[in-house]
Amino acid sequence: MAEQRDLVAKTRLIQETGWRNALIELFTKWEVLLGIIFVLMVLFFSNLSPYFLDYFNLMNATFQFSEKAIMALPMIFIIMCGDIDISIASIIALCAYAVGTASAAGVGTPGLIAIGLAVGASAGLVNGLLITGFNMPAIAVTLATQSIYRGIAQAALEERAMTKYPAEFGFFGQEFIPGTMIPFELVLYIGLAVIMGFILHKTSYGRRLYAIGSSPEAARFSGIKVKKIRITNYMLMGLFSGIAGVLLTSRILSARSNIATSWDLEVITLVVLGGVSINGGKGTMWGVVIASFLVGYLKFGMGLLKLSGTIMTIVIGTLLIIAVLLPRLLDGYKNTRKMRRQQVEAALQSAKA
Amino acid sequence: MGEIQLKNTRDGNILQRVSKVLLARREASLVILLAVILVPIVFRSPQFLSFTNIDRIINDISILSIVAIGEFFVILSNGIDLSVGSIIAFSGMASGMLNEAYPQVPVFFLLLLGTGLGAVMGAVNGALVAYGKIPPIITTLGTMSIYRGLTFVLSKGTWVTAHEMTPNFIGFPRQSFLGISALIWMALIVIVVTYYFSRFTRSGREIYAIGGNATAAKFVGVNEKRIRFMVFVISGTLFGFAGSLWTARYASAVNEMATGFEMQAVAACVLGGVNFAGGAGAIPGVVLGALFLGVLNNALPVVYLSSFYQTLVQGMIVLLALVINTVVDQRKTRKLLEQRRAR
Repeated sequence: MAEQRDLVAKTRLIQETGWRNALIELFTKWEVLLGIIFVLMVLFFSNLSPYFLDYFNLMNATFQFSEKAIMALPMIFIIMCGDIDISIASIIALCAYAVGTASAAGVGTPGLIAIGLAVGASAGLVNGLLITGFNMPAIAVTLATQSIYRGIAQAALEERAMTKYPAEFGFFGQEFIPGTMIPFELVLYIGLAVIMGFILHKTSYGRRLYAIGSSPEAARFSGIKVKKIRITNYMLMGLFSGIAGVLLTSRILSARSNIATSWDLEVITLVVLGGVSINGGKGTMWGVVIASFLVGYLKFGMGLLKLSGTIMTIVIGTLLIIAVLLPRLLDGYKNTRKMRRQQVEAALQSAKA
Repeated sequence: MGEIQLKNTRDGNILQRVSKVLLARREASLVILLAVILVPIVFRSPQFLSFTNIDRIINDISILSIVAIGEFFVILSNGIDLSVGSIIAFSGMASGMLNEAYPQVPVFFLLLLGTGLGAVMGAVNGALVAYGKIPPIITTLGTMSIYRGLTFVLSKGTWVTAHEMTPNFIGFPRQSFLGISALIWMALIVIVVTYYFSRFTRSGREIYAIGGNATAAKFVGVNEKRIRFMVFVISGTLFGFAGSLWTARYASAVNEMATGFEMQAVAACVLGGVNFAGGAGAIPGVVLGALFLGVLNNALPVVYLSSFYQTLVQGMIVLLALVINTVVDQRKTRKLLEQRRAR
């Protein structure tokens, strides 16, 4: 009799937890959590400042983070494969120096863009070749190239700034799409995000990235050209840093050797906060896009509340650490729930038998 | 490894033997390389080897050696610490501000404060890495900006200048004892203690074990978490100590101090033959690496390169050293495999 009652209670537990499980499953999903945090943040700032929920302000604020968000896209690929690149801020400095110098020499706008992208892509290619060619750790190589790329800009520019540009060059970083209030940078970012998202989630290249991240050895043995893909990733990273470099130069119309310092940290934060696992093999484009807007508007809101840049760097650094710590705790929670469920089910099975 | 190399050196003629020893010992090849680059420099400016200049170079690299040794332990355990500059800045700023506010506090306690704060910041890094299981690169990338931000918060954006600090504190690094400045003595003590620790103590050897092969080390009973935590505490302590010395030596504490210093610390390690994959390297190599960098920085003006070239030259040298380390390593592994196959 007692056994029967026990059985009924256990069956009810499983039935109850059926929809509860689904809910918990949904709300412990990283992208959903990010979305909730985003909504809470918007509510928080719009309560504290009347200027936050203003269409023009919201559009204008995207100028401050579009470039970093663009760089986060290929960084997903790199981190997905278990690699890292901390030379990207220096690649921007190198591109800005090249664009500024070319412009001073009288090169037109299309030429400037081509030079910026080419310099970025080749810097990325050098990273990729060094890392895969000699089989050296990515962190060590990009730490060295970080100094080299910025060092070139520093040695060439010294304390000077390149400030002479064609009139129409300012369009890319400063202007809106004609007839609307939408910045060109934002449209470009969304377009690139769609393309990169398609590559990541809908092509075999993307599936291979997940495979490499989960286990490089297994991927290699199943015939994936790991080296080639990693080199391509670094080249894409360089190319997108080049795009960001052109946009930044166009926005501030000045190229100094110290521009974009510490952008590496922010870009990596966006990717990790977006739910891409630093151990590789896990993450989605959606998460990173939400994270980019989250961090961008967080900084905008903090600026409205007149918080200093120092506080913002502390917040960004803390976010980075929490973003890695939290999914691990969530996973642990999910696993214990799963285990408990399996135990109950096993007990039920044995009771039935 | 050492055994096999020693056996190898017994065969072949003298020239081959000598070259084998030189290739096997990173320290020896660094000394030779140093001598080689010194020749054109001295040729150009004989003053380079004057007593005052050598004294200046060694004083310059004292702090770098202490910091590089801290970074060495982290890299040895297969990690990396990028928060070097920020820990130096916070500790240096704190000791500078304490000196300004309470001039009667003795120098010893100022050094103790910086060292203690460094140890705490290192412990935070270590706890996140060892117990939070966050990769060292992410942890220290995050704490790099957190500690730097906290430095600004602590100082409220201001800086401590020479005339706000006591002559006792500022003059202390230059105080001479047995003809050698206090700063150099400090570095020597750190070198000797850490050398003993890394060579002859159980914990020191366990760091090598964890860096070489963490899984194997765990199977023979090494407590991995404890070692990973300890490594960051050691490095933080040394960085904090270096921070206090930095403020005293340069007679100022600014918020941006030691920005990018992680590059120099890593450079000294890589030059000294420390393997980035962990488990290989030694203190003498690191110190020689720091000396090499010191000579190089001092020599730039002699060969008519402005200080704007410093970053570039350093980056190239690190890259070169990395490539050499990797190639030599791969060749060693291949040789070992061949020997095993031949047997």
